[in-house]
Amino acid sequence: MNPTRNAVRQGLRRGWTEFLQSLRSPQDQGFYLFTGLVTLAWLWFNRNDEVGDSGLLYPSFALPSILGGFLTFGVVIGPAYSLAMEREDGTLLRHKALPHGMPGYVTGQLTMQSLSLAPSLLVVLLPALLLFDDLMHRGAAGWATVLGLVVLGLLATLPWGMVLGAAVPSVQKMGTWGMLPILVLVGISGILAPVQALWGWVQAVAQLFPVYWLGHGLRWAFLPDAAAAGELGEVWRPGLAVLVLATWAVAGCLVAPRVLRRMARRQSGSQVQAAREAALQWVR
Amino acid sequence: MPTIPPSAEPVVAVRDLQMSYGTHEVLTGVHFDVHPGEVVCLLGPNGAGKTTTIEVLEGFRLPSAGTVRVLGADPATADDAWRARVGVVLQSWRDHPRWTPRRLLGYLGGYYAPYATAEHPRPYDVEWLLDTVGLTDGADRKIATLSGGQRRRLDVAVGIIGRPELLFLDEPTAGFDPQARRDFHDLVHRLSDLEGTTILLTTHDLAEAERLADRILILTDGRIVADGSPDALAREVAGRSEVRWTCDGEVFVHPTAAPVPFVRQLLAQHGDELTDLEVRRAGLEDTYLAMVQRFESATRPGELAEVTR
Repeated sequence: MNPTRNAVRQGLRRGWTEFLQSLRSPQDQGFYLFTGLVTLAWLWFNRNDEVGDSGLLYPSFALPSILGGFLTFGVVIGPAYSLAMEREDGTLLRHKALPHGMPGYVTGQLTMQSLSLAPSLLVVLLPALLLFDDLMHRGAAGWATVLGLVVLGLLATLPWGMVLGAAVPSVQKMGTWGMLPILVLVGISGILAPVQALWGWVQAVAQLFPVYWLGHGLRWAFLPDAAAAGELGEVWRPGLAVLVLATWAVAGCLVAPRVLRRMARRQSGSQVQAAREAALQWVR
Repeated sequence: MPTIPPSAEPVVAVRDLQMSYGTHEVLTGVHFDVHPGEVVCLLGPNGAGKTTTIEVLEGFRLPSAGTVRVLGADPATADDAWRARVGVVLQSWRDHPRWTPRRLLGYLGGYYAPYATAEHPRPYDVEWLLDTVGLTDGADRKIATLSGGQRRRLDVAVGIIGRPELLFLDEPTAGFDPQARRDFHDLVHRLSDLEGTTILLTTHDLAEAERLADRILILTDGRIVADGSPDALAREVAGRSEVRWTCDGEVFVHPTAAPVPFVRQLLAQHGDELTDLEVRRAGLEDTYLAMVQRFESATRPGELAEVTR
């Protein structure tokens, strides 16, 4: 039995177990339900608004962007939080004490976070398909493109979530170092409001990051050709979207292992102990 | 201090281990061996560097200076095959709250399967292990709902799931009730006697050290100040016997280095008036306090001067 392959198998098993446990947990069910309801309510109240002079209704226009935002948010903040937390609660240390425990742990995280994407997207997508008409304009090919983009988006963002979780000093700092930048990034990337509404330099910054391109790609997959009028430069740029996402994916896969190795090296019982004491001491 | 003859290759060999954080020196030159099958207990006051020492041996921390060999390898650079032979009992806090002990042990044990050999099968059978640590009752409950004692039993089970040849325990019985503590002591004896596991543990509990350890190391001020069996250590601190007696309803206490002549004289002097005679040899606690005090007062005259000024 090859120990490394065995560890990866253990990791897959871990990810699957954690995913099932998350589905069964009232806490996580509540989270899915809440995000789903809020999003659907938002779309419902704006269901008759026309976007510009495109003739498209708001839900059709907004849904692809919202899915992109959910993906980015879930896949970056999810692993970042769980990594930072499991560094402090001793989960990571337990794996450090195992032979090939770290590859197993990371495989488990990747598996769990990828699987969790399904319920977090479906909880919005499925009810939306029942509630609103004309969401998908490109038929089966459109759906296949959506699936491909979701996978690519996952690859482009998940490693960075792991990097964030490994680099952030503590769970308490996650709000400042994790949530805030991601919220800003999602905010300027045309997910909540069209990016044209913002200043030129902000548009330029947004186009450096995968969030904008995932939203753009998904809109391209869902909407008719004519909807390009709502995009920057009034053209669809699917090739560029794929290229940018792929670049982020490759960069993430190169950076993440290094940062994770550094994090694993520094992990010790005293560190867990210190985190435990810090958590008990709210005011310092 | 007695030195152990180098009969077998030691499982743990520590030479001049030093550790400092910035200017703060935690370990100033630690020196000791642990031999196959031994149960060695590291005792010392808070902040003496017990945990640091253990973490260096576990390979979780790099020493500032000195050499450390554990199972024939440097823990800092040892590979995963080495890792499979070492067990670490960690103090869990709130990890894996949604898992059950049975599921967690099955999962963690899976990592050791590639390292099984015909003469040394790994990991332990989960059912057997749950039974051995006394966790059969809580085996299918969520870990978040376990009591403190059950959690610590689980920690011990996780530490030994891979059937280690060498086991590290850092304050394993902190938070145990007396029954759990007794059960844990039995478990340590069983691992040591039946499996031949070499065990290095730290504790604050002197009675525990006395019960478990073949050998005790006292770590204070960043080095080992005593190394020997509990009996040998007690003998090292001379004049620590205490004689108590009651005479005419009054209680007397007298510390003496030679209790036998003293008692003989006492009996000759008082005869039948003497009731309730008790001679108590210095225990490990007396030894420990004496040793720690001796070294702290010897090495910190400056600090004392500051306090009295």
